[in-house]
Order: sequence, then structure tokens, then C-alpha cells
Amino acid sequence: MGYTLNFNLIWRHFDKLWGGLLLSLELAVISIAIGIVIGLVLAVWYVSAGRVVRGIIASYVEFIRNVPLILLVYLVFYGLPTVIDLAYSAQTSFVATLAVYSGAYLVEVFRSGLEAVPRGQIDAGKAIGLTPWQRLVHVRLPTMMRITLPALSNTFISLFKDTSVASVISVPELTYGAQWINFNTFRIVEVYLVVTAMYLVTGYALLFALRLVERWYRTAR
Amino acid sequence: MLGQIAYALPFLAEGFALTLWVSLLVVVLSLIAGVVFGVGLVYGPAPLRWAVRIFSDTVRGIPILVLIFFVYYGMPAVGVHLQSFWAAVLALTLFKTAQVVEYLRGAVASIPKGQSEAAMAIGLTFRQRLTYVIFPQAFRRFLPPWINGVTDAVKGSALVSLLGITDLMQAINQVIGRTYEAMPLYILGALLYFGVNYALSLASRRLEQRFAFIRE
Repeated sequence: MGYTLNFNLIWRHFDKLWGGLLLSLELAVISIAIGIVIGLVLAVWYVSAGRVVRGIIASYVEFIRNVPLILLVYLVFYGLPTVIDLAYSAQTSFVATLAVYSGAYLVEVFRSGLEAVPRGQIDAGKAIGLTPWQRLVHVRLPTMMRITLPALSNTFISLFKDTSVASVISVPELTYGAQWINFNTFRIVEVYLVVTAMYLVTGYALLFALRLVERWYRTAR
Repeated sequence: MLGQIAYALPFLAEGFALTLWVSLLVVVLSLIAGVVFGVGLVYGPAPLRWAVRIFSDTVRGIPILVLIFFVYYGMPAVGVHLQSFWAAVLALTLFKTAQVVEYLRGAVASIPKGQSEAAMAIGLTFRQRLTYVIFPQAFRRFLPPWINGVTDAVKGSALVSLLGITDLMQAINQVIGRTYEAMPLYILGALLYFGVNYALSLASRRLEQRFAFIRE
């Protein structure tokens, strides 16, 4: 043992961690936003679609959920440009990957929410003469949101943590910043203690904010 | 192209075997540790409960990748030297243990208190209450989330490639480094991971059905 903690070098390079955290959040927010669109569209499509479409959407979901994220990140960044004529930055590549990845998880969350909307509500919507689109926007989606919010919050937090995988293609997010300080200053224990605290504080702050949204959503109407 | 990949197949198979070995170790070790600490969290004295709670909330709150680096680079810094393989297994096991602790806590909490009280009333000891009353009922609640977590262990094991351990992920990257056939190899790798995990989730559904006969 006999290891003396010395945080001075960490504070000197703290901009790497702070900038990293902001980038982690940015990656998470953009990817999740795209993922929500993918998830909503496919989930709504899935519950009303025929067998073939269901099969295709289910294959997408099952495939993504059963493959490690790191492999998908490599595949999109190193693999894809060898077969299609496209050039993109590591950051764009990661956002695209995490969006497709989160989409697969969110389809599942939204689908189970949509299927849990009570039949009677939809029938009541029909009874008062709402069109299918109005039933979706005013009845099914709001009810689904309320049902899925807790599961949704957990998925968001988990996706925020997944942004750490961006470090493997040198996107300078928080984990990358930690590694940089690790290799350049060798204040190893210190840097990972600080980064652990940063992930924890951010993660629990996000969770707290999402719980507030849940509560607001439960009582607002 | 196919010839080169065929040539690399034994090497990939070794990596694949290592991925399975790491996953198996992590799943088994975390099950043991998780049940022990989980019982500690539910029934232990206050200091033990707090310790397990802090451990679990911390480990589950950070990315696995950070935990892997922390263990792998941090341990030698404080004078603990482990082979990279075991450092990786330790980090993944810590992460999985925290999850198992939560599954166990949730499963035990779902058993009505009356069950425990009835067992006490007929004079069962603590151990008897656990083995004959609580665990048999909690098991069915524990099984589904735990089995889902097994595929997470296989997926998480791909991160050990970053420590220079030649698992399937690393083997694929090395073969790509030699052959420059990135896309076919990544797809092959994705199919292998998918195959294992999909087989696991199919098997788990059957296992759950097998235990579904126990009534609420």
C-alpha cells in the first residue's frame, strides 16, 4: 500500500474532465433524442403492423440488444466507411451508433407502454368520435408516457453511462479525459475517484430531475 | 478474402472461448458474492447494510468501463498486482455483484412479511427460514432479471479487449489489423455475440416457464 493521494495534478487538468463531462452529456442528449424518435415511430408502427413489419422491427431490436455496444461502435466507425463512401468524425459516428442502439431499447420500452394502455380508453376515444390520429396523440401516447416514464428514466441513465464507450474511438468525453490524465500524470487512483464522483453526481442529478418530471406528469392532469 | 478469414478462424475461436470463459466466471462469482451481500443488505446489521448499499449504488452509478480502468490501473498503483485477466474478471464481477444484490433485495422484499413471521412462530431458525420459506419463494422473482443480466455479462465482457486481453472482440480487431477486412469480421463477431445471447435468452424463457408453476 503506502499510496499518498495527491489531487493537485487532477485539478490542473480538470478542464479535460469538465469538458469531457459536458461532451458526455451532449452525446447522450443528441443520441437519446434521435433514439426517442426511432423508438416512438417503430413502437407505434409495431403495435399496428402486420407480421412482416413486426418481424423486421423485432429483428432490429433483438440484434442490437444482443450485441456489445463497443462492437457496434467499432463497426460503424472502422467498418462502415470501408463499404460505403462516407466520411464522418468519430463524434458523429458515435452519436449515430448510440442513437440506433438507444432506439432499439426505447422501442421495447414504448411498445410495452403502448400495449399497456387500457382497451377501454381507446374505445372511449372511438366513442366520442376521435380519428385514429387523434386517438394516438390525445389518448394512447399520453397514457403510454405515464406508464413508461419510470422505465424510461432508467434507460436514459443507462444510456448516459454508455457514452463512456465513445472513448474507444478517441471522442474526448469524460472517460477519455480520465484516461488521458491516467496516462499523462499517473495520478491513477485520484483521477478515477474524481471521475467516479462526477458520473455519480451527474447520474443521480439526472435521476432526480426525471423523478420530478414523473411526479409532475402524474399530478398535472 | 474468405480464405484469409477462414485462416483466422481458429484464432477467433480461441477468442470466443475466452469471452465465454470470462462471462461464465463473472456470472458464477457474482452470483455467489451477490447472494451473500444481498442477504447482508436485507438481514445484516446496520453498518453492513450501509456498506453494501454504498457499494451497490456507487458501482451501479458509474460506467463499467470506468470501473474496469479503475481496477486495472488503480490496483497496481496501490501495490496490488493481478494478471490483467483477473483484474478484468474482478471488475466485471464487482459490477455484476451489485446488480445481483439488487435483484435479491427486490425478490426478498416481494415476499409478504407474514411468511417470515409464520416461520418464526413455528420456531424455525434464521437459516431454516431462509432455506425453507423465503428463498424458495423469492427464487422465482429473482430468476427473470438475473437471467436478463447474464446476457449483459457476455456483452460487458467485450470491454476487457481494452486491457489487451484476447477475447472475441480483441481477436476480431487483431485479425482486421492483419487482413483489413473490417466489415465481414465485425459482422461475424456481431453474429457470434448475437448467437450466444439469443440462445441464452431463449433458454432463459424456457427456464422461467419451468418455474412458473409456483403460485403467488
